[in-house]
Amino acid sequence: MTDTAMAYSHGDPRLRSMAGAVAHSGPAPKRIVTGYGFWIFILSDMVMFSAFFAAYAVLLGQTAGGPSGRELFDLHNVAIETGFLLASSFACGLATIAADTRNANWFQLAMAVTCVLGLGFLAIEGNEFASLVMRGAGPTRSAFLSAFFTLVGCHGLHVSAGILWLLTMMAQVAAKGFRADIRRRILCFALFWHALDIIWIAVFTVVYLLGSAV
Amino acid sequence: MSNGRHEIDDSIDLAPGDEHVEGGIGERILGYLTGLGLAILLTATSFFVAGTNLVWEPSIPVALVVLAIAQMGVHLVFFLHITTGPDNTNNVLALAFGVLIVFLVIGGSLWIMANLNHNMMPMDQFMQMQR
Repeated sequence: MTDTAMAYSHGDPRLRSMAGAVAHSGPAPKRIVTGYGFWIFILSDMVMFSAFFAAYAVLLGQTAGGPSGRELFDLHNVAIETGFLLASSFACGLATIAADTRNANWFQLAMAVTCVLGLGFLAIEGNEFASLVMRGAGPTRSAFLSAFFTLVGCHGLHVSAGILWLLTMMAQVAAKGFRADIRRRILCFALFWHALDIIWIAVFTVVYLLGSAV
Repeated sequence: MSNGRHEIDDSIDLAPGDEHVEGGIGERILGYLTGLGLAILLTATSFFVAGTNLVWEPSIPVALVVLAIAQMGVHLVFFLHITTGPDNTNNVLALAFGVLIVFLVIGGSLWIMANLNHNMMPMDQFMQMQR
């Protein structure tokens, strides 16, 4: 039995007893119910983002005589942001493995790396927003810029919330250890963080790469 | 014990994000590394295609969208561990419904707004009618 196998059966006596029982007897283990419920939330969050993406795509040309994406976007910065978020997603995956193997030190280290990379992402994004506003290209300038700030800002808010959640998980693991409920929260946090990276793929493709082609 | 473990895998669903692995930690890290490598490759290609003039220009938007969807697939498989296995049916079905709604919202908006723009009277003509 491997460490990972232990991660699933340990702490959840129902799962262990089910090993010998007939398939599909009784309710699903809490880890599956919680994870699935959070999966539904993530998908609904993506539906909400799709509305912002649709608005951005429709309003891309409506610059009201103001600057267009080609003049405003610095793709060099976007590439660095993408790298930060991708690396933090990877670090988050390592934190998941550390949590499954009950290795508190590696968990805290991987989560700290995830946090630093996420903060780096937010710093670059905040810098970009500030410089746009300083150049008179704030959200009030045109419909295009309103859609831009709403979409990218909404993703940035999600990342900020994710970092607060990340710090909470570090504190909870430090205080309470890898209890079954804490590990369910880690599972949900990992889902959330990876999902943010998926949304960022759409952001850098649609907003920055396609947006600066117009 | 390993027999019991096998039965768990076959009979019970997996939570989204949970991984179905036989191997140890090394194998799992290798999975994440593979995902990271593929994601970097696809991202780099996207940025290259957007900035180059080696590619026929009208094909660039299509290429970017295809690369983005491919990278989302890589993230789903290697980071979120969504698979086609029987223990993932519920997760895949929920995802499929989400994707359907996302395509309806984005595709429908673009279609309707393009149609409206196409059929709208040019603004100068409209201004003349107002007088």
